[in-house]
Amino acid sequence: MPALPLTGLRILDLGIALAVPYGTMLLADLGAEVIRVESTQVFPHQTRGILAHPSKEAIQTMAPIAGGYPNREPGERPFNRFPWANCTGRNKLGMTVDLHKPSGLEVLSRLVKISDAILDNNAPGSLERMGITYPWLSAIRPDIIFVQLSSFGQEGPYRDYRALGLQVDAFCGHDMLRRYRDRDPSYNTWAVPSDYAGGVAAASACMLALIHRKRTGQGQHVDVSMVENFVNLIGHIVMDYTMNGRVQESLGNRDPDMVQGVYRCKGEDRWVAITIASDEQWRRLIEAAGHPAWASDPRFATLTDRIRNQDALDPLIQEFTSGRDHREVAELLQRHGVPAGPVLDDADAYADPQLRARGFFIAVRHADAGTHLYPGMPWKLSATPTGVRTPPVRLGEHNEYVYKELLGYSDEEYRELEAEGHIGTEYAPHIR
Amino acid sequence: MPSQPLEGVRVLDLTRHVAGPLCTKLLADYGADVIKIEQPRRGDPARWIAPFLHDLPHPERSGLFLHLNTNKRGITLDLKSDTGRSLFLRLLPSADIVVENFRPRVMPSLGLDYETLRTGKPALVMTSISNFGQTGPYRDWSASDLILYAMGHEMWGTGQPDSEPAGMANKLSLHIAGEMAYMATLGAFYGAAFQGVGQHVDISIMEVLASSIDRRAPSLLAYQYCGERAERVPSVHGIDAPPFVNYCADGFFEITVGLNWWADFVRAIGEEWIKDPIFRPPVREVAVRERFDAYWIPWCMARTKKEIVAIFQQAGIPCAPLNTTEDLVRDPQLKERGFFIDIEHPAAGRLTYPGAPFRLPQSPFAIRRPAPLLGQHNREILAEIGCDAKDLAVLSAAGVI
Repeated sequence: MPALPLTGLRILDLGIALAVPYGTMLLADLGAEVIRVESTQVFPHQTRGILAHPSKEAIQTMAPIAGGYPNREPGERPFNRFPWANCTGRNKLGMTVDLHKPSGLEVLSRLVKISDAILDNNAPGSLERMGITYPWLSAIRPDIIFVQLSSFGQEGPYRDYRALGLQVDAFCGHDMLRRYRDRDPSYNTWAVPSDYAGGVAAASACMLALIHRKRTGQGQHVDVSMVENFVNLIGHIVMDYTMNGRVQESLGNRDPDMVQGVYRCKGEDRWVAITIASDEQWRRLIEAAGHPAWASDPRFATLTDRIRNQDALDPLIQEFTSGRDHREVAELLQRHGVPAGPVLDDADAYADPQLRARGFFIAVRHADAGTHLYPGMPWKLSATPTGVRTPPVRLGEHNEYVYKELLGYSDEEYRELEAEGHIGTEYAPHIR
Repeated sequence: MPSQPLEGVRVLDLTRHVAGPLCTKLLADYGADVIKIEQPRRGDPARWIAPFLHDLPHPERSGLFLHLNTNKRGITLDLKSDTGRSLFLRLLPSADIVVENFRPRVMPSLGLDYETLRTGKPALVMTSISNFGQTGPYRDWSASDLILYAMGHEMWGTGQPDSEPAGMANKLSLHIAGEMAYMATLGAFYGAAFQGVGQHVDISIMEVLASSIDRRAPSLLAYQYCGERAERVPSVHGIDAPPFVNYCADGFFEITVGLNWWADFVRAIGEEWIKDPIFRPPVREVAVRERFDAYWIPWCMARTKKEIVAIFQQAGIPCAPLNTTEDLVRDPQLKERGFFIDIEHPAAGRLTYPGAPFRLPQSPFAIRRPAPLLGQHNREILAEIGCDAKDLAVLSAAGVI
């Protein structure tokens, strides 16, 4: 089998929280040697948990996404068991160094010398305050690629603003566009698609810079703003304003050009999503539902009528769905050619015939978390299939390899750096 | 003058609607020569999707289409006809990448499956984007943005427990899948260009969403770890103080405080009441949250979004206004960075578009041309494979172009 596309490239992951750790994981999946650079002296809030050592009681009250450690137990090293971190850690190597000390910067400069790209999404100015800037990096390695992902970009009046994905979504208008039609946005569940898309953008921008470097030998300082990337993902809504001066309101689950919605099914909290985009699909829905009378109802005669009278149509559709299992009703509609799909909860997703048939979930054995199925790859590649080569990386897991084999430190130097607080697999005692 | 990173890379683009066109737009915006191939007469269905300039439906004036097809050249070709197919195969040797988002059975039924296309061109990258992937029992299912979100993402856990599960902004899931397809295509292209390994990239929109770090993947993993599902929980009446979304004098703002920024938050407010240690997170009693609200809500209602964001940003706390699209387009940050760009289009005129999603100073984003008119480049592109004016007339009369 041919080598993975990015084999032979070495990439440093200085990322925190979600976006850059996710983006560098995509690069690692494609074969790059990605080294997570972490510190045992500072706890990265929300990257490896809310706290390094949360109590068992504290995590019980958190939603599963934040408190869902294996068996709801923090374990000895909870920071290696945090579900979020373990979704961005596969296929990476991990090392620790304290970049606040000059000796730490010396270690980093040795790493930079043998690396191709560095990705960062620390709060604006964080790396600069430690002296880590593009001029510093490119003096060490002239063709280095330095990708900085931030909320608002490296320049402009908000360059120093603090924002997480939540705030980026809010700023881009997404909260106003996804609220319930009859409720204000304070009823929105938090969501961070801008964060996720930011990670994909940082990785894509890194790919473009790698291609440019391969062709010209030039490195560069890449500036990715999560806001600017996300606006491109709602371009049609933004252009309705720039073309027509229209400020679009949230449609809830509806669509301007089709009848669609989420309808209750049999059982507790079971739902099916249905879209009826054409007259043909409407006829087929009527056939599947066994309600020929709907066809002669003047309120639903044309697509425009159905969209206009959706408030009257929805209860009829729901009457049809509510006695049926969510997957069965979706399968029934699909057999008739009507677009439909069950609203999957976590248990449903693991049982989903499509995800199972395609081998989406991957069993991974992790030294601190145990063996579980993990959500897998966002793509399938025919010549160089990607998968989980190594489990989600633990704090400082590959210090020996990085310091001794890659950087050439002697055993004695290694012990000195360990004593200085650079090297470890646990957070320093002052971190709770 | 810096060169664009994908200069000289040719893409045959068979995509339509949203996800595929976003993927090829991003290739074109960074320099690739993207040839968009549309069906004769009707063209890409996105040409017929709102918003339209002045709300008048017109195939050259859809904001969705205009945005997703910048920098592409366009030809029409009926791939169902033998002549159309053979013209496509004559263009193929010049291509590095083919991107398509038909239903999975279409390309093989046209005799254009990857194995056939790569004959004589082993380094070809072909990206196929589909709802559920090229294989599996749901391969041929129909779907929409909403259905894909329901099946692939966190919909079940999004919204209020007393209401239906809620989706994201209209067509967002399709755009997100398009950007991931872009990333995968660049990765495969790197292997093809520099190691000679071509391949077929199979993108299932459902899987892109199910592996998303916007809650879905971590929720799925947490379910494996502790057996609990990501449920819909009441957001506004929870006991976290302050909540994420808050009212103020002229709208809403979003803030994250928690324990991490609590000391900064207390300093930023600076009033006596907030210094009461009972408010320090985590708050466990509704009565405490109510006491907090009695001070907090009037504090917010006395200030505008802008004032509040300035106060908390000064203190280093993540905080932003809940903008409308109007606020966004008029925002000084995006203005100063020159993010929005004006593009002149022969049928739609001069309009303002979102600009570069990422900035590479040595190999930048650039607008070289607006979205193509239907069949605009038939003559110049088919001339490359030896079709002259007479041939074009014949092809046109036969409905092939």
